[in-house]
Amino acid sequence: MSKDFLATVMIWLTALLISGFFLYLLTDMLIHGLDRLSWAYLLDAPLDAGRSGGIAPIVTATAILVLIAIIVAAPLGLATAVLLTEFTRQKSHFGRFVERSLDVLASVPSIIFGLFGNAFFCLFLGLGFSLLSGGLTLACMALPILIRSAVEGLRSAPDEYRLAAAALGMTRGAALLHLLLPTAAPALAAGLMLGIGRAGAETAALIFTSGYVDRMPESWFDSGRALSVHIYDLAMNVPGGDASAHAAALVLVLLLFTINSIAMGLTRRWQRGRIHSL
Amino acid sequence: MKVSMDDTDKNSEAQQSYTLGPLQSGPHCCDPRPLISVTDLSLHYGAKTALENVSLDIYQGCITALIGPSGCGKTSFLSALNRLTDMLPGCHVSGRIRFNDLDVCDPDLDVRLLRRDIGMIFQKPVPFPLSVRRNIELPLREHGMRRQAEIDAVVQQVLQDVGLWDEVKDRLNSPAQALSGGQQQRLCIARALALQPKVLLMDEPCSALDPIASGVVEDLILRLQGRYTVVIVTHNLAQARRIANYAGFLWMRERTGRLIEFGQCRQIFEAPAHALTASYVNGERG
Ligand SMILES: Nc1ncnc2c1ncn2[C@@H]1O[C@H](COP(=O)(O)OP(=O)(O)OP(=O)(O)O)[C@@H](O)[C@H]1O
Ligand SMILES: [Mg+2]
Repeated sequence: MSKDFLATVMIWLTALLISGFFLYLLTDMLIHGLDRLSWAYLLDAPLDAGRSGGIAPIVTATAILVLIAIIVAAPLGLATAVLLTEFTRQKSHFGRFVERSLDVLASVPSIIFGLFGNAFFCLFLGLGFSLLSGGLTLACMALPILIRSAVEGLRSAPDEYRLAAAALGMTRGAALLHLLLPTAAPALAAGLMLGIGRAGAETAALIFTSGYVDRMPESWFDSGRALSVHIYDLAMNVPGGDASAHAAALVLVLLLFTINSIAMGLTRRWQRGRIHSL
Repeated sequence: MKVSMDDTDKNSEAQQSYTLGPLQSGPHCCDPRPLISVTDLSLHYGAKTALENVSLDIYQGCITALIGPSGCGKTSFLSALNRLTDMLPGCHVSGRIRFNDLDVCDPDLDVRLLRRDIGMIFQKPVPFPLSVRRNIELPLREHGMRRQAEIDAVVQQVLQDVGLWDEVKDRLNSPAQALSGGQQQRLCIARALALQPKVLLMDEPCSALDPIASGVVEDLILRLQGRYTVVIVTHNLAQARRIANYAGFLWMRERTGRLIEFGQCRQIFEAPAHALTASYVNGERG
C-alpha cells in the first residue's frame, strides 16, 4: 500500500519534472522571442547579421535540407528494415552485424558525420558546400534511426500474421504490404519524426557541409544556412542577436511540433481507413 | 454450392443459414482413398528432432484427429503438410509427403498453390487487422479474383457456410478483431474455405474458445466432413472421439515425437493396439 503510494508519487513527480522542464523552455523562448515573431519575420531576409530582418532564406534552406534528407533516407531505411526483418534470418551473422553497425552509427557524434559529409559529398563527389551535401549528410545521420524504428515496428507486428498469410497462400510481399507495414505504421511514423527532428535540429554536421550563407538559396547546389545554424550563430557570434535567436528557436520548435502533429494525425486516419480498404 | 437443409441435424434450427449442402459422404462411408500420404517423415529444429519416422495416410473426405501430449510435434506435423515449416527458422523436414500425386517436399513446388489447396486454422484465431469483409477479400484478391460481385458472392457464401452470416451481415465493414473469439475462429475458417481448399488443417481450433463457441465450431467441422478432408489436432479426447473418422496418437519417446498408433477412430479409442495408446485415451497418462 505505502509502496504503491510511493511509486505513484515518484511517477507523478517525474512526469511533473519533465513537463515542467519543457514548459520552462517554451516560456523562456516565448518571453524572449515572441515580440520579434511576426509575418514579416518569417517572410523577410535577415539584416545586420540577423539582428534585424527575418529568416525566410533560412527557413527555406532548412526545408530543402530536411526534404532531401527524408526523401533519400526514408525509402532506403524502410527497404533496409524490410530486408533485415522479413528476408534475413533474425539470428544470422549478417543481420546481427548490420544491426550492431547501425547502433554504433546512431550514437556517432554529429560532428563526425559533418567531417565525413565534407570529405565525401563536398570534396570527393565535388558537390561543394551545398544544400545537397548537407541534405545527404543529414540522410546518413537519420538513416540509423529510421532503420532502427522501422525494424522495431516490423518486429512488433505479430508473427501470426506472417504465418496466417502464408497459410493462405499469400506471398511475403503481400503480407508485408497489406498486414505488416500497416501494423508497423505508427512506429514508422515515429521513426520518421525522430529522423526529421534530428535532421531539423542538426547544427554541427551542417556547418561543414551546407555552410552558413544566409542568402535565399536558388537551387540545391547553393550553400544555405539551416535554422539551427542560424540560432547558433546569433547566440554565439553576433552580439545583440539574442532576441532573434530566441525567435528563430521558437520557429524551429513550432515547425517540428506542427510536423509531428500532422504526421501523427495522418497515421491515425490512415490506419482507421485501412480497415475498409486494401 | 446450393442452399439446402439437413433435417436430421441435431440443431437444424440454428443452422438455417448453413449452405454447405448435403454431405457427400458420412462418417462411416468415407471414400478410403488416401489424399495425403506421409512416409517416414522426420522433422528437426536445428539439432533437435521434433518428429521421427512418421508414416500415415490422410483419407479423402474424412476427419483425421491427431492426439498426444503437449510438445510431441502435432503442430509441427501439420505445418509440414502445407510447407509452413519453410517459414520456421532452423526447421528441416525429411521424408516423403505426397498430396494428390504432388511431391509436397519438392523445393521447386509452388507453395502458394499448395497452401491454397491445403488451408490451415491456428490454435489462436488470427483475424487480420481489417474489416470482416476484407479479411476474406484480401486472400481472394491475392489469388487473382478481381470482380467485386464475384468476391462479394464468395464472402457471403463462406460466411453462411460457417454460420456467421446472420451474426455479421450488418457489420461486414467493422473491424474483425472486434468479433468474439468464437466468431473470429469461424471467420478464419471462412477465410480458408473461400479459397476452396481440398484439405483443412486445424490446430486445436477450439482450445481458445468457451464450451459453447467450441461446440459451434465442432458442429461446423462435422459439417465439413465429406466435402473437405480435415486433419484436426485436439487435446480434447472426447471431441476427437465425437468427430473423427481416423485418429493418430503421437507420443514423446527419447524427447522425440513418434506416431505410436494410427487407425479408425473407434478402434483407437475402444480397442487400442498399443498399451501407451490405451493408457493415454483412458486418461492414465499424458
Ligand atoms: N519454431 C520452433 N523452433 C524450435 N523448436 C520448436 C519450434 N516449434 C516447436 N519446437 C519444438 O518442437 C517440439 C514439437 O513442437 P510442436 O509445437 O509441434 O508440439 P505440439 O504437439 O503441437 O505441442 P502442443 O500440444 O503444446 O501444441 C517441441 O519440443 C517444441 O519445443
Ligand atoms: Mg501445437
